[in-house]
Amino acid sequence: MDVILPQILNGLDKGSAYALIALGLTLIFGTLGVVNFAHGALFMIGAFCSVSLSRILNLSYVTEDPTQTDFLGKPLKVETPYLEAWFGPEFGGALIDWSVPLAILFSIPIMILVGLVMERGLIKHFYKRPHADQILVTFGLAIILQELVRGIYGANPIQTPAPDMFRGSIDFGAMLGFDPNVIIYPYWRMIYFFFSAVVIGGVFAFLQFTTFGMVVRAGMADRETVGLLGINIDRRFTIMFAIAAVVAGWAGVMYAPINAPNYHMGMDFLVLSFVVVVVGGMGSLPGAVAAGFLLGILESFASMTAVKEILDGIDQIIIYLVAIIILLTRPRGLMGKKGVMED
Amino acid sequence: MTKSNLTRRGVLKSGAVAGAGVALPTIFTASSAAAYTNEPTGGTVTLGFNVPQTGPYAEEGLDELRAQELAVEHLNGMGDGGMMNTFSSKALKGNGILGKKVEFVTGDTQTKSDAARASAKSMIEKDGAIMINGGSSSGVAIAVQGLCQDAGVIFMAGLTHSNDTTGKDKKANGFRHFFNGYMSGAALAPVLAKEYGTDRRAYHLTADYTWGWTQQESVAAATEAMGWETVNNVLTPLAATDFSSYITPVLNSGADVLVLNHYGGNMVNSLTNAVQFGLRDKMVNGKQFEIVVPLYSELMAEGAGANVQGVIGSMNWNWQLTDEGTKAFVKSFGEKYGRPPSGSAHTCYVQTLLYADACERAGTFNPCGVAEALEGFEFDGMGNGPTLYRADDHQCFKDVLVMKGKDNPANKFDLLEIVEVTPRAQVEYAPDHPMFAGGDLGKCNPGA
Amino acid sequence: MLGLNKKDTSLLMFVVALSLFAPIILNIFPKDSGFAFFNGGYPDLMQRFAIFGIFAIGFNILFGLTGYLSFGHAAFLGVGSYAAVWMFKLLNYNILPALILSVVVAGLVSVVIGWISLRRSGIYFSILTLAFAQMMYAIAYSDLFGRWMGITLTNGETGLQIYNNDPQILLGNGPTSPHLFGLEMGARKVLSIGPWEFVFPVGYYLCAILLILSFYLSIRIFRSPFGLMLRAIKSNQTRMSYTGLNSKPYTLAAFVISGMYAGLAGGLLAAMDPLAGAERMYWTESGAVVIMTILGGVGTLIGPILGAGTIKYMENIISKMNEKLLHDWFSFLPESLEYAMVWLASWFTGEGWHMTQGVLFMLVIIFLPGGLVQGGQKLASRFRRNKADDTATNATPAE
Repeated sequence: MDVILPQILNGLDKGSAYALIALGLTLIFGTLGVVNFAHGALFMIGAFCSVSLSRILNLSYVTEDPTQTDFLGKPLKVETPYLEAWFGPEFGGALIDWSVPLAILFSIPIMILVGLVMERGLIKHFYKRPHADQILVTFGLAIILQELVRGIYGANPIQTPAPDMFRGSIDFGAMLGFDPNVIIYPYWRMIYFFFSAVVIGGVFAFLQFTTFGMVVRAGMADRETVGLLGINIDRRFTIMFAIAAVVAGWAGVMYAPINAPNYHMGMDFLVLSFVVVVVGGMGSLPGAVAAGFLLGILESFASMTAVKEILDGIDQIIIYLVAIIILLTRPRGLMGKKGVMED
Repeated sequence: MTKSNLTRRGVLKSGAVAGAGVALPTIFTASSAAAYTNEPTGGTVTLGFNVPQTGPYAEEGLDELRAQELAVEHLNGMGDGGMMNTFSSKALKGNGILGKKVEFVTGDTQTKSDAARASAKSMIEKDGAIMINGGSSSGVAIAVQGLCQDAGVIFMAGLTHSNDTTGKDKKANGFRHFFNGYMSGAALAPVLAKEYGTDRRAYHLTADYTWGWTQQESVAAATEAMGWETVNNVLTPLAATDFSSYITPVLNSGADVLVLNHYGGNMVNSLTNAVQFGLRDKMVNGKQFEIVVPLYSELMAEGAGANVQGVIGSMNWNWQLTDEGTKAFVKSFGEKYGRPPSGSAHTCYVQTLLYADACERAGTFNPCGVAEALEGFEFDGMGNGPTLYRADDHQCFKDVLVMKGKDNPANKFDLLEIVEVTPRAQVEYAPDHPMFAGGDLGKCNPGA
Repeated sequence: MLGLNKKDTSLLMFVVALSLFAPIILNIFPKDSGFAFFNGGYPDLMQRFAIFGIFAIGFNILFGLTGYLSFGHAAFLGVGSYAAVWMFKLLNYNILPALILSVVVAGLVSVVIGWISLRRSGIYFSILTLAFAQMMYAIAYSDLFGRWMGITLTNGETGLQIYNNDPQILLGNGPTSPHLFGLEMGARKVLSIGPWEFVFPVGYYLCAILLILSFYLSIRIFRSPFGLMLRAIKSNQTRMSYTGLNSKPYTLAAFVISGMYAGLAGGLLAAMDPLAGAERMYWTESGAVVIMTILGGVGTLIGPILGAGTIKYMENIISKMNEKLLHDWFSFLPESLEYAMVWLASWFTGEGWHMTQGVLFMLVIIFLPGGLVQGGQKLASRFRRNKADDTATNATPAE
């Protein structure tokens, strides 16, 4: 139990990242029918919203400290953030410390703007084009976005720590009566899990209980008929695209403290997120979320030593192996709809 | 356009080519005219700098490129000369190499063996590069080394730390200045025993490819010789970005040291995750839990930020050394680029100078002459103390640094401090050491 | 001629001419001129043009004709390379057995993967092929198969290479680099005419001949009843099955044929440079062949070759433009303008070559939905004024 439980926690945590990314992707891919290879880039931009806000809050003026020298023997340049100078080290420091949670707000307008520009400026013209064209154009876009980020921030990962109070870990084992140190889990990963649960719940509630959501769901099912009813479905799809961008962005914002963001993190997640969406079944939001958690948990289990002893290296191929098995036993993934992206 | 037209034109063209072949005396096959591949005939000589410019090691590659450009500048007598002033061999005069002005071409390895070989080939076949230098991973280094052996040019390896580069996969045309996994283990073990005691239980996480395997083997052997026990060794996929599921079992295993045989992005993430899980705050077996990263680089430390504090690792060279060679190099690099050079930049700079110097001493660019001049070459003043390029396997033997993450870094270049300079004698090994066995240097190949 | 109609014959002749004269066309700039940098006529790049041309032609037989988008084709290329290098290790450096084995092995693997994956269609098919390829990549990269069996099979990330102590039972006193019955692939003739220099490599011409044969075969497949059947499957599979026809043997055949093309390409890569690396099987490589095909023009005969050439040229030439070179080029400008231009250009060159690729993908697909082939047609129709009316309006890709 004390071996399995931490891996379930790990799986839920990995799964929540997969599920969040897959949720946004399936909104675009499974419902608008656009193969969006730039979705990983949206996740990456989200993470760099965290980085940017922390850079902005850390904007500093430079003074020279003649008592110390730098590596060339010149006086050491000391940087003091403006915020600390204006609000005092106490409050200014706290603002800087909280840059990642603040970036959740900061990222909303940015992601909406990115989403709107992408949909109106580009994707709109590709709804009726073959999937192959969509792949090429969105892949090109992803490369451009990635290169821009590399040009500005460099290729090295950039540490973006969580606020001080959320660093460190909680000892679950001790609470449940195990020995101390057996089941520990970092606070921030717990927060990530709850955050994604709230976001996923919010998106479902929005689609289920609002008129807007109802129309969008109807549009997913039969776009033409909804259009004939005189409803401007295009505008609603644009909004859905922006929502998907925000969801992907948030997944990235909150991921920044878990692993330092780098410019190619979007590409690293891209293939995986497509696998998750398809295993979940095309056009199914619950399917994408379920597949995200399922694959996350299985991946964690596969990395246990006991499992690796059965088959060496199983943790490297487990996701793809499971994807193949599921797609062969369930023709449309876990909860896929008939006729979506099957031809 | 009809086909008869085309054929006729084709016939005419091929006829013209054949005619030219017969008529012109300038026609030659590569094998007959030149004594060796890409023999420089004009007033210039071209070096090929093959570094990762895109992908996960891009930042390191760019730093290598900076150092290589600086080396070319110094060779051509511009700038302040850097390490040429402190180098024990005085054959270089600042007038290029053998009187020919040094030029260079660059290529992107993308940290993929295929792409690296393609860009090295284009430099050799198209630009006439006579030497290839650079790189930031062992897989690429071994692939390019094999290519240079076949093509008949000298390969001066950049950052490559696997035992195999000068072990199982050593080649007569390839030379490595950088240290290797065995040396890391040999240098680290005494320091670890001193700092953490000889009664420790180590848990290894190892990147699942050849470099990871050889480093793990070396470090485990060296620490076990000091009395440590290796509890477990778990191989992690290169593609892994989140190491949580590999880290959670560590505390449960009864281990009190975690050894991360990771490099680059893997290392940044696994170390970040380990610190996140609070491993460094724990007491196990009545001892403070510790993390060890056997191979450090400045750029990785920069990426891992505050997480490196107190973590011990090893390095080939660091800008904080105080010998004259280091000071000269840091000064000219720092003044040109506004930052201290990284270890991989240093090794590329030194390799370029060593190559040039060997050409001067040999009096030729012929790879066989250059190799002979490098084999068994003893030198000093390049930042690592007295150094030997061993003839048996083309590996450099020199002091190794043991580093530790600083607790209160003054700026982002100041993340590591030198704990100990391990003397060369302690990291030496016999050429037929089992970890390096199975290779065959072969004969030097001048190509052509 | 050769069972082709007039249009196809002239297309074939165009490819033949392009292949045979590539060493001249690609080295069009004199050796010492400022433009020599843009020359691509050196052996390695020309061989890559031909090899990836073969790869893309094969991919197009599956994707262009049936519409099945495989996202794991690089796996067959990788398998072909490994098979070839193993032949070098076991027998000798003769490339004939190596090429034959690489095509056979890739064919067998594609039968298995195709048979399983073709049970699904659309995106599900794509993800199945992707999953297989990624699995094979992971297995090759850490040599998992070898570990399970206790041998060295792929030699991990270092790549499979030939060592002096390999068996090579037929080697004797034969050449120690890849050759075809003694004709070494690395041999070349260099022709200097005035300021020009042209390189004619043996290896390239072997690749070119195979490219021409592959191209010819693909024309025959496109024009055959089999090709027609595949197109029918693409346009409406449901209707096909209503007619009582089982489409799977046809699609599987197309899948295996294109897998064998990929195997041939992989074997040739190893024959030109005897090393097989796992990166060849990574999903970005599978993605690259998809992109080559779309960039050139899906379903057109010549498009994939153009796409492959364009991408390989960018990867190998633009990535080599470093800042020093840019400064040399822009040195005629006043200093501040020079630095501004270098700054701007460095976003797209050297380490920024991916950016150029991204921009090109977007521009081509937005303005030339039919890929580069359509661009060529537009140009051609502009030159042929008299015919401009019919061709400009009729922008379907030429086949």
